[in-house]
Amino acid sequence: MSDHHNHQDSASVTAGVNDASEGMSYLDGGIRKLIYVYLPLSIIMVVLIFPFYWMVLTSIKPDAQLINMDKFNPFWVVEPTFKHIQKLLFESEYPRWLWNTMYVSVVATALSLFASVFAAYALVRIRFKGAELVGAMIFLAYLVPPSILFIPLATIIQAYGLFDSPMALILVYPTILIPFSTWLLMGYFKTIPYELEECALIDGATRLQILIKIILPLAVPGLISASIFSLTLCWNEFIYALTFLSSTQNKTVPVAIVSEFVDGDIYRWGSLMAGALVGSLPLVILYSFFVEHYVSAMTGAVKE
Amino acid sequence: MAHDAVGRPQASFQSTERSLMQRLSNDRNWLGAAFMLPAAVILILFLAYPLGKGVWLSFTDAKIGRDGIFIGLENYEWLSDDKIFWLSVFNTLFYTVIASVIKFLVGLYLALLLNEKLPFKSLIRSIVLIPFVVPTVLSAIAFWWIYDSQFSIISWSLKNMGLITENIDFLGSPDNARLSLIFANIWRGVPFIAITLLAGLQTVSPSLYEAATLDGATRWQNFRFVTFPLLTPIIAVVMTFSVLFTFTDFQLVWAMTRGGPVNATHLMATLGYQRAILAGNLGEGAAISTAMIPFLLFAIMVSWFGLQRRKWQQGGSDE
Repeated sequence: MSDHHNHQDSASVTAGVNDASEGMSYLDGGIRKLIYVYLPLSIIMVVLIFPFYWMVLTSIKPDAQLINMDKFNPFWVVEPTFKHIQKLLFESEYPRWLWNTMYVSVVATALSLFASVFAAYALVRIRFKGAELVGAMIFLAYLVPPSILFIPLATIIQAYGLFDSPMALILVYPTILIPFSTWLLMGYFKTIPYELEECALIDGATRLQILIKIILPLAVPGLISASIFSLTLCWNEFIYALTFLSSTQNKTVPVAIVSEFVDGDIYRWGSLMAGALVGSLPLVILYSFFVEHYVSAMTGAVKE
Repeated sequence: MAHDAVGRPQASFQSTERSLMQRLSNDRNWLGAAFMLPAAVILILFLAYPLGKGVWLSFTDAKIGRDGIFIGLENYEWLSDDKIFWLSVFNTLFYTVIASVIKFLVGLYLALLLNEKLPFKSLIRSIVLIPFVVPTVLSAIAFWWIYDSQFSIISWSLKNMGLITENIDFLGSPDNARLSLIFANIWRGVPFIAITLLAGLQTVSPSLYEAATLDGATRWQNFRFVTFPLLTPIIAVVMTFSVLFTFTDFQLVWAMTRGGPVNATHLMATLGYQRAILAGNLGEGAAISTAMIPFLLFAIMVSWFGLQRRKWQQGGSDE
């Protein structure tokens, strides 16, 4: 308590000099901040980043260093090798799996975005009868997890003759992506002034023209957010890919890593980690270019 | 008169029938339906229909490659006597409750830390999100390696510090395996919670804290009576998502333990997969999936009441 009063006293003395825009940050002393902010923050950051560091490190470590932890400091690598990554890219079907993952993700994202743009526009701007109910149902669809759908879907996929085909994933992934993207795009469309649309309507433009020529160009950030996030979700998807695909050459990276790489070999860790690293890198690189869009996708869909 | 009354609607019918295209583009409801069509087709065929079919399958004895016949509640009766099923229910609840509570506390704490004035703030935020960006299975594989019984880096470090003498068998004994999986789940879930709560924190106006501080509020009181109430609606939504996805988790467990050792880490989703897809008993697996629905509805209801509170707080009716 007394500590607090001291702060207030000094605060009231210096308050006049301080820039008002700094809020109350003048209450924080240097050492106090070091202990209460930087220290816990660094610990959490190290824990969050360590598995990824470990993945990178293992994938470039020679086998001898991997299993002899007393001779070599395990937290570092001497004479890094690209053997694991090379083996992965040139002696396994990994490039094929990477291609499958990319292909499925891109096509499913494009399909979902197409459907979501129309749905979001209809829900926000056409205001047809029952639009609110449909909007609520789409939100509920967002809450239906794949874990309760994969068993009946497996029978449906079989019945449609799509089993073990990338088409199965391309058609099923949009059930995850459309609710999310529609909800996100609705938020963006709402911010576009109605007047723009009214003018165009008076000039005789159709709704389709308005959507393509006026709304979409203004909603580009929303489209980028939705597509980046959708790509990530597809890339990450596991249970559908595990259930609907059976032949080795059709698998996606996450499924292939778990089912094809795991043999009892003591030296497997290098190639496993290389596989995990190469499978993560495209997403991490994409993410690093679009951090802001990514964050707004993540928070936007929740805030609505 | 009577003739007239019949004739008029006919005339207007003919005039609206002029061309389908025109009618589509003029009538709100038709146009709305046309725009909703692509999304509706996909969601009905691959979401609503399977959801219903899953419930139906749970009342049949369907197997892979064979349509089942209706057997009523037999699958459920069978499951109610199945110790492994009840173990998986216990595991799922244990996993969900422990992981969600810790994810919430650590996530909120991290959000508060990130909301401080920091150098390189956006860089720090980007790094925090990396566990969320890396595909879950791939990070699960990294954890698998970190938890390795022979070459675990954690065991090695603790041994070198002299804290333990034997390697820890992270995934080999039931309790260790449960806690190891929970830790990996927390690791993966904290960034999402922290970053969304941070977005909520940033909307709180600093003048509220200034006013509270002038009234003599301590740091804790500032948090308890200003930050927390304003954050409640976002917390409700974020935690609903977190609970839903923790409860229905599959990939983390499947990649690391496949439900073992001795079924100690089987969640309802992994048990459903094992029974339905690997063993081929679609009906029984569907019953396990269907049994998850009441829990999910409960989580959604909780979130719904959280949202109600938001509307009430803002003193308004809608949005």
